[in-house]
Amino acid sequence: MNYDWNWAIFFARTFTGVGRYADWILSGLALTIGIALVAWMVALVLGVLLGVARTLPWRPVRVVAATYVELFRNIPLLVQLFFWYYIAPVLLLPQTLQDDLNAAHPVLVQTATAVWCLGLFTAARVCEQVRAGIQAQPPGQFNAGFALGLRRSQVYRHVILPMAFRVIVPPLTSEFLNVFKNSAVALTIGLLELTAQSRQIGEFTGHIFEAFIVATALYFLIAQLIAWLMARLERRLRLPGAEVHR
Amino acid sequence: MNYALDWSVIPEAMPFLVQGMLLSLGLLAASLLGGLALGIGLALMRLSPHRWVSGAATVYVSVFRSIPLVLAIFWFYLLVPLLIEAVRGTFTPIGPMYSAFIAFVAFEAAYFCEVIRAGILSIRPGQTSAALALGMTRAQTMRHIVLPQALKVMTPLILTKAIIIFQDTSLVYVISVSDFLGAATKIGQRDSRLIELYLFAGAVYFVLCFAASKCVDIYTQKKRAAA
Repeated sequence: MNYDWNWAIFFARTFTGVGRYADWILSGLALTIGIALVAWMVALVLGVLLGVARTLPWRPVRVVAATYVELFRNIPLLVQLFFWYYIAPVLLLPQTLQDDLNAAHPVLVQTATAVWCLGLFTAARVCEQVRAGIQAQPPGQFNAGFALGLRRSQVYRHVILPMAFRVIVPPLTSEFLNVFKNSAVALTIGLLELTAQSRQIGEFTGHIFEAFIVATALYFLIAQLIAWLMARLERRLRLPGAEVHR
Repeated sequence: MNYALDWSVIPEAMPFLVQGMLLSLGLLAASLLGGLALGIGLALMRLSPHRWVSGAATVYVSVFRSIPLVLAIFWFYLLVPLLIEAVRGTFTPIGPMYSAFIAFVAFEAAYFCEVIRAGILSIRPGQTSAALALGMTRAQTMRHIVLPQALKVMTPLILTKAIIIFQDTSLVYVISVSDFLGAATKIGQRDSRLIELYLFAGAVYFVLCFAASKCVDIYTQKKRAAA
Protein backbone atom coordinates (compact mmCIF):
# COMPACT_ATOMS: atom_id res chain seq x y z
CA MET A 1 0.00 0.00 0.00
CA ASN A 2 1.55 3.28 -1.05
CA TYR A 3 -0.17 5.70 1.24
CA ASP A 4 1.59 8.96 1.96
CA TRP A 5 1.50 9.29 5.75
CA ASN A 6 1.71 12.84 7.00
CA TRP A 7 0.97 13.43 10.65
CA ALA A 8 1.92 17.10 10.34
CA ILE A 9 -1.33 17.61 8.42
CA PHE A 10 -3.10 18.54 11.67
CA PHE A 11 -0.87 21.58 12.01
CA ALA A 12 -1.39 22.74 8.45
CA ARG A 13 -3.63 25.72 7.77
CA THR A 14 -7.11 24.62 6.77
CA PHE A 15 -8.54 24.74 3.29
CA THR A 16 -10.47 27.88 4.22
CA GLY A 17 -7.38 29.62 5.60
CA VAL A 18 -8.91 29.98 9.05
CA GLY A 19 -7.24 27.98 11.83
CA ARG A 20 -5.56 24.59 11.53
CA TYR A 21 -6.98 21.10 11.02
CA ALA A 22 -6.24 20.31 14.66
CA ASP A 23 -8.80 23.01 15.51
CA TRP A 24 -11.42 21.07 13.56
CA ILE A 25 -10.67 17.97 15.61
CA LEU A 26 -10.86 19.97 18.83
CA SER A 27 -14.15 21.62 17.90
CA GLY A 28 -15.56 18.21 16.95
CA LEU A 29 -14.38 16.76 20.25
CA ALA A 30 -15.89 19.68 22.18
CA LEU A 31 -19.21 19.20 20.39
CA THR A 32 -19.23 15.43 21.02
CA ILE A 33 -18.51 15.94 24.72
CA GLY A 34 -20.94 18.84 25.04
CA ILE A 35 -23.83 17.02 23.36
CA ALA A 36 -23.17 13.86 25.33
CA LEU A 37 -23.00 15.59 28.71
CA VAL A 38 -26.14 17.70 28.27
CA ALA A 39 -28.06 14.74 26.80
CA TRP A 40 -26.90 12.65 29.76
CA MET A 41 -28.33 15.22 32.21
CA VAL A 42 -31.66 15.10 30.40
CA ALA A 43 -31.57 11.30 30.37
CA LEU A 44 -30.72 11.05 34.07
CA VAL A 45 -33.46 13.40 35.26
CA LEU A 46 -36.15 11.99 32.99
CA GLY A 47 -34.92 8.41 33.42
CA VAL A 48 -35.07 8.57 37.22
CA LEU A 49 -38.57 10.08 37.14
CA LEU A 50 -39.76 7.39 34.72
CA GLY A 51 -38.01 4.63 36.67
CA VAL A 52 -39.75 5.71 39.88
CA ALA A 53 -43.04 6.03 37.97
CA ARG A 54 -42.74 2.40 36.86
CA THR A 55 -42.64 1.24 40.48
CA LEU A 56 -45.49 3.36 41.88
CA PRO A 57 -48.73 1.65 42.97
CA TRP A 58 -50.81 3.75 40.52
CA ARG A 59 -51.57 1.92 37.33
CA PRO A 60 -52.10 4.89 34.94
CA VAL A 61 -48.68 6.32 35.89
CA ARG A 62 -47.03 2.93 35.38
CA VAL A 63 -48.70 2.50 31.99
CA VAL A 64 -47.56 5.92 30.76
CA ALA A 65 -43.96 5.25 31.82
CA ALA A 66 -43.98 1.73 30.33
CA THR A 67 -45.38 3.06 27.04
CA TYR A 68 -42.62 5.66 26.91
CA VAL A 69 -39.97 3.00 27.41
CA GLU A 70 -41.36 0.65 24.76
CA LEU A 71 -41.71 3.48 22.25
CA PHE A 72 -38.19 4.84 22.68
CA ARG A 73 -36.46 1.47 22.99
CA ASN A 74 -37.99 -0.16 19.95
CA ILE A 75 -37.34 2.49 17.31
CA PRO A 76 -33.78 2.96 15.96
CA LEU A 77 -31.97 6.06 17.18
CA LEU A 78 -31.44 7.24 13.61
CA VAL A 79 -35.18 7.11 12.90
CA GLN A 80 -35.87 9.02 16.11
CA LEU A 81 -33.33 11.66 15.11
CA PHE A 82 -34.91 12.06 11.69
CA PHE A 83 -38.30 12.28 13.36
CA TRP A 84 -37.26 15.15 15.63
CA TYR A 85 -35.30 16.93 12.92
CA TYR A 86 -37.39 16.53 9.78
CA ILE A 87 -40.86 15.47 10.85
CA ALA A 88 -41.79 16.81 14.29
CA PRO A 89 -41.38 20.51 13.38
CA VAL A 90 -43.55 20.15 10.27
CA LEU A 91 -46.28 18.07 11.90
CA LEU A 92 -46.31 19.40 15.45
CA LEU A 93 -45.29 23.07 15.37
CA PRO A 94 -47.42 26.00 14.16
CA GLN A 95 -46.18 27.80 11.04
CA THR A 96 -44.79 30.80 12.94
CA LEU A 97 -42.56 28.62 15.11
CA GLN A 98 -41.43 26.69 12.04
CA ASP A 99 -40.41 29.96 10.43
CA ASP A 100 -38.45 30.87 13.55
CA LEU A 101 -36.67 27.51 13.40
CA ASN A 102 -35.79 28.02 9.75
CA ALA A 103 -34.44 31.48 10.52
CA ALA A 104 -32.38 30.29 13.50
CA HIS A 105 -28.74 29.32 13.08
CA PRO A 106 -28.70 25.76 11.66
CA VAL A 107 -25.94 24.59 14.02
CA LEU A 108 -28.03 25.73 16.97
CA VAL A 109 -31.10 23.84 15.74
CA GLN A 110 -29.03 20.73 14.95
CA THR A 111 -27.32 20.74 18.34
CA ALA A 112 -30.56 21.25 20.23
CA THR A 113 -32.25 18.47 18.22
CA ALA A 114 -29.35 16.07 18.83
CA VAL A 115 -29.37 16.76 22.58
CA TRP A 116 -33.14 16.42 22.83
CA CYS A 117 -33.21 13.21 20.78
CA LEU A 118 -30.28 11.54 22.57
CA GLY A 119 -31.64 12.61 25.94
CA LEU A 120 -35.09 11.13 25.35
CA PHE A 121 -33.63 7.97 23.77
CA THR A 122 -31.22 7.36 26.66
CA ALA A 123 -33.86 8.20 29.30
CA ALA A 124 -35.76 5.03 28.34
CA ARG A 125 -32.64 2.95 29.03
CA VAL A 126 -31.84 4.80 32.27
CA CYS A 127 -35.46 4.26 33.35
CA GLU A 128 -35.12 0.49 33.04
CA GLN A 129 -31.90 0.49 35.08
CA VAL A 130 -33.46 2.67 37.80
CA ARG A 131 -36.51 0.42 37.90
CA ALA A 132 -34.30 -2.66 38.24
CA GLY A 133 -32.35 -0.92 41.00
CA ILE A 134 -35.53 -0.08 42.91
CA GLN A 135 -36.96 -3.57 42.47
CA ALA A 136 -33.70 -5.06 43.73
CA GLN A 137 -34.37 -3.50 47.15
CA PRO A 138 -36.04 -5.86 49.61
CA PRO A 139 -39.73 -4.91 50.19
CA GLY A 140 -38.90 -4.64 53.88
CA GLN A 141 -37.14 -1.36 53.09
CA PHE A 142 -40.44 0.21 51.98
CA ASN A 143 -42.32 -1.23 54.94
CA ALA A 144 -39.69 -0.06 57.40
CA GLY A 145 -39.83 3.43 55.92
CA PHE A 146 -43.64 3.57 56.14
CA ALA A 147 -43.56 2.16 59.68
CA LEU A 148 -41.28 5.05 60.65
CA GLY A 149 -44.01 7.44 59.48
CA LEU A 150 -42.29 8.53 56.23
CA ARG A 151 -44.44 9.49 53.25
CA ARG A 152 -43.95 7.58 49.98
CA SER A 153 -41.92 10.44 48.48
CA GLN A 154 -39.70 10.45 51.56
CA VAL A 155 -39.21 6.69 51.44
CA TYR A 156 -38.04 7.01 47.81
CA ARG A 157 -35.81 9.97 48.52
CA HIS A 158 -34.16 8.87 51.73
CA VAL A 159 -34.31 5.09 51.69
CA ILE A 160 -34.87 3.44 48.32
CA LEU A 161 -33.18 5.68 45.74
CA PRO A 162 -29.86 6.10 47.59
CA MET A 163 -29.57 2.31 47.77
CA ALA A 164 -30.83 1.76 44.22
CA PHE A 165 -28.30 4.21 42.74
CA ARG A 166 -25.43 2.33 44.28
CA VAL A 167 -26.59 -0.93 42.71
CA ILE A 168 -26.93 0.53 39.22
CA VAL A 169 -23.66 2.45 38.89
CA PRO A 170 -22.07 -0.24 36.64
CA PRO A 171 -24.95 -0.46 34.13
CA LEU A 172 -25.27 3.34 34.15
CA THR A 173 -21.58 3.55 33.27
CA SER A 174 -22.19 1.68 30.05
CA GLU A 175 -25.22 3.85 29.25
CA PHE A 176 -23.08 6.94 29.86
CA LEU A 177 -20.48 5.56 27.43
CA ASN A 178 -23.23 4.84 24.93
CA VAL A 179 -24.32 8.49 24.95
CA PHE A 180 -20.85 9.50 23.75
CA LYS A 181 -20.83 6.84 21.05
CA ASN A 182 -24.41 7.51 19.99
CA SER A 183 -23.72 11.22 19.60
CA ALA A 184 -21.89 10.32 16.35
CA VAL A 185 -25.30 9.66 14.81
CA ALA A 186 -25.83 13.44 14.87
CA LEU A 187 -23.57 13.72 11.83
CA THR A 188 -26.53 12.54 9.74
CA ILE A 189 -28.32 15.84 10.36
CA GLY A 190 -25.18 17.78 9.48
CA LEU A 191 -23.65 18.32 12.88
CA LEU A 192 -19.84 18.41 12.76
CA GLU A 193 -19.01 16.35 15.83
CA LEU A 194 -15.81 14.33 16.19
CA THR A 195 -16.52 11.62 13.58
CA ALA A 196 -17.84 14.14 11.05
CA GLN A 197 -14.86 16.46 11.54
CA SER A 198 -12.38 13.64 11.02
CA ARG A 199 -14.17 12.65 7.83
CA GLN A 200 -14.17 16.24 6.67
CA ILE A 201 -10.43 16.53 7.26
CA GLY A 202 -10.00 13.34 5.23
CA GLU A 203 -12.02 14.81 2.40
CA PHE A 204 -10.18 18.14 2.35
CA THR A 205 -6.64 16.79 2.75
CA GLY A 206 -6.73 13.20 1.52
CA HIS A 207 -5.25 12.12 4.86
CA ILE A 208 -8.27 10.15 6.02
CA PHE A 209 -6.24 7.52 7.89
CA GLU A 210 -4.52 10.02 10.16
CA ALA A 211 -7.85 11.72 10.81
CA PHE A 212 -9.69 8.46 11.61
CA ILE A 213 -6.84 7.22 13.80
CA VAL A 214 -6.94 10.42 15.84
CA ALA A 215 -10.74 10.23 16.18
CA THR A 216 -10.55 6.56 17.21
CA ALA A 217 -7.85 7.38 19.78
CA LEU A 218 -9.94 10.21 21.23
CA TYR A 219 -13.04 8.02 21.57
CA PHE A 220 -10.85 5.39 23.21
CA LEU A 221 -9.50 7.95 25.69
CA ILE A 222 -13.00 9.19 26.51
CA ALA A 223 -14.12 5.61 27.19
CA GLN A 224 -11.14 4.90 29.45
CA LEU A 225 -11.65 8.17 31.30
CA ILE A 226 -15.34 7.46 31.91
CA ALA A 227 -14.66 3.90 33.05
CA TRP A 228 -12.04 5.23 35.49
CA LEU A 229 -14.25 8.03 36.82
CA MET A 230 -17.26 5.77 37.29
CA ALA A 231 -15.15 3.12 39.06
CA ARG A 232 -13.94 5.84 41.43
CA LEU A 233 -17.50 7.02 41.97
CA GLU A 234 -18.60 3.47 42.72
CA ARG A 235 -15.82 3.06 45.31
CA ARG A 236 -16.62 6.38 46.96
CA LEU A 237 -20.34 5.62 47.21
CA ARG A 238 -19.82 2.14 48.61
CA LEU A 239 -21.41 1.61 52.00
CA PRO A 240 -19.81 -0.76 54.48
CA GLY A 241 -21.82 -3.97 54.64
CA ALA A 242 -24.09 -3.06 51.69
CA GLU A 243 -22.04 -4.51 48.84
CA VAL A 244 -23.76 -7.87 48.86
CA HIS A 245 -27.09 -6.94 47.20
CA ARG A 246 -26.72 -7.66 43.51
CA MET B 1 -50.97 20.94 10.96
CA ASN B 2 -50.27 22.40 7.56
CA TYR B 3 -48.83 19.37 5.83
CA ALA B 4 -51.12 16.98 3.97
CA LEU B 5 -49.98 13.42 4.51
CA ASP B 6 -50.27 11.24 1.42
CA TRP B 7 -49.88 7.54 2.18
CA SER B 8 -50.34 6.39 -1.41
CA VAL B 9 -46.54 6.38 -1.88
CA ILE B 10 -46.13 3.47 0.52
CA PRO B 11 -47.79 0.68 -1.53
CA GLU B 12 -45.87 1.74 -4.63
CA ALA B 13 -42.62 1.71 -2.68
CA MET B 14 -43.29 -1.74 -1.20
CA PRO B 15 -41.10 -3.93 -3.44
CA PHE B 16 -38.04 -1.73 -2.84
CA LEU B 17 -38.80 -1.49 0.89
CA VAL B 18 -39.09 -5.28 1.16
CA GLN B 19 -35.70 -5.62 -0.55
CA GLY B 20 -34.31 -3.15 1.97
CA MET B 21 -35.80 -5.11 4.85
CA LEU B 22 -34.21 -8.31 3.55
CA LEU B 23 -30.85 -6.57 3.54
CA SER B 24 -31.41 -5.33 7.12
CA LEU B 25 -32.26 -8.87 8.19
CA GLY B 26 -29.23 -10.14 6.29
CA LEU B 27 -27.00 -7.74 8.21
CA LEU B 28 -28.58 -8.97 11.44
CA ALA B 29 -28.02 -12.63 10.49
CA ALA B 30 -24.40 -11.96 9.52
CA SER B 31 -23.77 -10.03 12.74
CA LEU B 32 -25.23 -12.87 14.79
CA LEU B 33 -23.51 -15.76 13.03
CA GLY B 34 -20.21 -14.08 12.15
CA GLY B 35 -20.14 -11.94 15.27
CA LEU B 36 -20.79 -14.92 17.55
CA ALA B 37 -18.19 -17.09 15.80
CA LEU B 38 -15.55 -14.37 15.95
CA GLY B 39 -16.71 -13.44 19.46
CA ILE B 40 -16.20 -17.01 20.69
CA GLY B 41 -12.71 -16.97 19.20
CA LEU B 42 -11.93 -13.66 20.89
CA ALA B 43 -13.33 -14.87 24.21
CA LEU B 44 -11.11 -17.96 24.10
CA MET B 45 -8.15 -15.72 23.23
CA ARG B 46 -8.93 -13.43 26.18
CA LEU B 47 -8.99 -16.41 28.52
CA SER B 48 -5.73 -17.76 27.13
CA PRO B 49 -2.79 -18.00 29.56
CA HIS B 50 -0.46 -16.52 26.92
CA ARG B 51 -0.13 -12.84 27.59
CA TRP B 52 0.25 -11.82 23.95
CA VAL B 53 -2.81 -13.74 22.84
CA SER B 54 -5.05 -12.41 25.59
CA GLY B 55 -3.54 -8.93 25.23
CA ALA B 56 -4.29 -8.79 21.51
CA ALA B 57 -7.91 -9.81 22.09
CA THR B 58 -8.26 -7.29 24.92
CA VAL B 59 -7.01 -4.46 22.72
CA TYR B 60 -9.37 -5.49 19.91
CA VAL B 61 -12.35 -5.58 22.23
CA SER B 62 -11.62 -2.34 24.06
CA VAL B 63 -11.02 -0.38 20.86
CA PHE B 64 -14.20 -1.62 19.18
CA ARG B 65 -16.23 -1.13 22.33
CA SER B 66 -15.16 2.48 22.71
CA ILE B 67 -15.78 3.79 19.19
CA PRO B 68 -19.19 4.62 17.69
CA LEU B 69 -20.59 2.05 15.25
CA VAL B 70 -20.81 4.88 12.70
CA LEU B 71 -17.04 5.38 12.87
CA ALA B 72 -16.47 1.61 12.56
CA ILE B 73 -18.68 1.57 9.45
CA PHE B 74 -16.63 4.40 7.95
CA TRP B 75 -13.38 2.60 8.85
CA PHE B 76 -14.39 -0.58 7.03
CA TYR B 77 -15.84 1.37 4.13
CA LEU B 78 -12.32 2.78 3.77
CA LEU B 79 -10.31 -0.36 4.55
CA VAL B 80 -12.14 -3.21 2.83
CA PRO B 81 -11.48 -2.03 -0.76
CA LEU B 82 -7.82 -1.41 0.14
CA LEU B 83 -7.47 -4.88 1.67
CA ILE B 84 -9.03 -6.48 -1.40
CA GLU B 85 -6.66 -4.48 -3.57
CA ALA B 86 -3.71 -5.61 -1.47
CA VAL B 87 -4.77 -9.26 -1.77
CA ARG B 88 -5.78 -9.33 -5.43
CA GLY B 89 -3.33 -6.76 -6.70
CA THR B 90 -5.91 -4.82 -8.69
CA PHE B 91 -8.50 -2.31 -7.59
CA THR B 92 -11.93 -3.98 -7.50
CA PRO B 93 -14.94 -1.81 -6.73
CA ILE B 94 -17.27 -3.98 -4.64
CA GLY B 95 -19.69 -1.38 -3.33
CA PRO B 96 -20.33 -0.33 0.24
CA MET B 97 -22.58 -3.30 1.08
CA TYR B 98 -19.76 -5.80 1.67
CA SER B 99 -17.92 -3.28 3.81
CA ALA B 100 -21.07 -2.90 5.87
CA PHE B 101 -21.33 -6.65 6.43
CA ILE B 102 -17.70 -6.90 7.52
CA ALA B 103 -18.03 -3.85 9.77
CA PHE B 104 -21.01 -5.36 11.58
CA VAL B 105 -19.35 -8.74 12.10
CA ALA B 106 -16.14 -7.13 13.39
CA PHE B 107 -17.95 -4.62 15.61
CA GLU B 108 -20.51 -6.96 17.17
CA ALA B 109 -17.86 -9.64 17.75
CA ALA B 110 -16.30 -7.34 20.35
CA TYR B 111 -19.59 -7.22 22.26
CA PHE B 112 -20.24 -10.96 21.93
CA CYS B 113 -16.71 -11.66 23.15
CA GLU B 114 -17.56 -10.00 26.46
CA VAL B 115 -20.90 -11.81 26.73
CA ILE B 116 -19.36 -15.21 26.03
CA ARG B 117 -16.41 -14.60 28.30
CA ALA B 118 -18.82 -13.79 31.12
CA GLY B 119 -20.78 -16.95 30.21
CA ILE B 120 -17.65 -19.13 30.31
CA LEU B 121 -16.58 -17.64 33.65
CA SER B 122 -20.06 -18.32 35.06
CA ILE B 123 -19.67 -22.08 34.54
CA ARG B 124 -18.47 -23.65 37.78
CA PRO B 125 -14.81 -24.76 37.65
CA GLY B 126 -15.90 -28.20 38.87
CA GLN B 127 -17.34 -28.81 35.39
CA THR B 128 -13.92 -28.35 33.81
CA SER B 129 -12.20 -30.42 36.48
CA ALA B 130 -14.70 -33.23 36.01
CA ALA B 131 -14.26 -33.23 32.24
CA LEU B 132 -10.47 -33.24 32.54
CA ALA B 133 -10.69 -36.05 35.08
CA LEU B 134 -12.67 -38.06 32.52
CA GLY B 135 -9.70 -37.77 30.20
CA MET B 136 -10.99 -35.04 27.90
CA THR B 137 -8.46 -32.64 26.47
CA ARG B 138 -8.73 -28.89 27.22
CA ALA B 139 -10.18 -28.29 23.74
CA GLN B 140 -12.76 -31.06 24.13
CA THR B 141 -13.74 -29.73 27.55
CA MET B 142 -14.30 -26.27 26.12
CA ARG B 143 -16.21 -27.54 23.09
CA HIS B 144 -18.43 -30.17 24.67
CA ILE B 145 -18.81 -29.08 28.29
CA VAL B 146 -18.15 -25.40 28.92
CA LEU B 147 -19.18 -23.58 25.71
CA PRO B 148 -22.62 -25.22 25.28
CA GLN B 149 -23.52 -24.30 28.86
CA ALA B 150 -22.08 -20.79 28.54
CA LEU B 151 -24.07 -20.11 25.36
CA LYS B 152 -27.23 -21.40 27.03
CA VAL B 153 -26.75 -19.12 30.03
CA MET B 154 -26.19 -16.15 27.75
CA THR B 155 -29.03 -16.80 25.27
CA PRO B 156 -31.40 -14.14 26.72
CA LEU B 157 -28.65 -11.51 26.55
CA ILE B 158 -27.75 -12.51 23.00
CA LEU B 159 -31.40 -12.33 21.90
CA THR B 160 -31.85 -8.89 23.48
CA LYS B 161 -28.68 -7.76 21.75
CA ALA B 162 -30.05 -9.08 18.44
CA ILE B 163 -32.94 -6.61 18.68
CA ILE B 164 -30.50 -3.76 19.26
CA ILE B 165 -28.33 -4.91 16.35
CA PHE B 166 -31.40 -4.98 14.11
CA GLN B 167 -32.07 -1.34 15.03
CA ASP B 168 -28.40 -0.47 14.55
CA THR B 169 -28.35 -1.88 11.01
CA SER B 170 -30.14 1.35 10.06
CA LEU B 171 -26.77 3.12 10.54
CA VAL B 172 -25.51 1.80 7.18
CA TYR B 173 -27.47 4.83 5.98
CA VAL B 174 -24.20 6.78 6.44
CA ILE B 175 -22.55 4.92 3.54
CA SER B 176 -25.75 4.99 1.43
CA VAL B 177 -26.52 1.29 1.61
CA SER B 178 -30.18 0.53 0.82
CA ASP B 179 -31.20 -1.28 3.96
CA PHE B 180 -34.81 -0.75 5.09
CA LEU B 181 -34.21 2.82 6.25
CA GLY B 182 -31.90 3.53 3.31
CA ALA B 183 -34.59 2.33 0.88
CA ALA B 184 -37.22 4.46 2.65
CA THR B 185 -34.91 7.49 2.42
CA LYS B 186 -34.21 7.02 -1.27
CA ILE B 187 -37.88 6.71 -2.18
CA GLY B 188 -38.83 9.54 0.16
CA GLN B 189 -36.31 11.84 -1.46
CA ARG B 190 -37.32 10.83 -4.97
CA ASP B 191 -41.03 11.43 -4.34
CA SER B 192 -40.60 14.31 -1.85
CA ARG B 193 -42.50 12.18 0.67
CA LEU B 194 -39.81 11.73 3.32
CA ILE B 195 -42.23 12.36 6.17
CA GLU B 196 -44.60 9.54 5.21
CA LEU B 197 -41.74 7.12 4.56
CA TYR B 198 -39.93 7.87 7.81
CA LEU B 199 -43.16 7.56 9.81
CA PHE B 200 -43.88 4.26 8.10
CA ALA B 201 -40.32 3.00 8.64
CA GLY B 202 -40.49 3.98 12.31
CA ALA B 203 -43.79 2.12 12.71
CA VAL B 204 -42.41 -1.02 11.05
CA TYR B 205 -39.28 -1.00 13.23
CA PHE B 206 -41.44 -0.48 16.29
CA VAL B 207 -43.83 -3.35 15.53
CA LEU B 208 -41.01 -5.79 14.75
CA CYS B 209 -38.80 -4.86 17.71
CA PHE B 210 -41.70 -4.67 20.16
CA ALA B 211 -42.99 -8.10 19.13
CA ALA B 212 -39.47 -9.56 19.25
CA SER B 213 -38.75 -8.11 22.69
CA LYS B 214 -42.03 -9.53 24.05
CA CYS B 215 -41.06 -12.96 22.67
CA VAL B 216 -37.65 -12.69 24.36
CA ASP B 217 -39.40 -11.76 27.64
CA ILE B 218 -41.67 -14.80 27.44
CA TYR B 219 -38.73 -17.06 26.56
CA THR B 220 -36.67 -15.70 29.46
CA GLN B 221 -39.52 -16.13 31.93
CA LYS B 222 -40.14 -19.70 30.78
CA LYS B 223 -36.46 -20.44 31.13
CA ARG B 224 -36.35 -18.95 34.60
CA ALA B 225 -39.42 -20.95 35.62
CA ALA B 226 -37.83 -24.15 34.33
CA ALA B 227 -34.57 -23.53 36.17
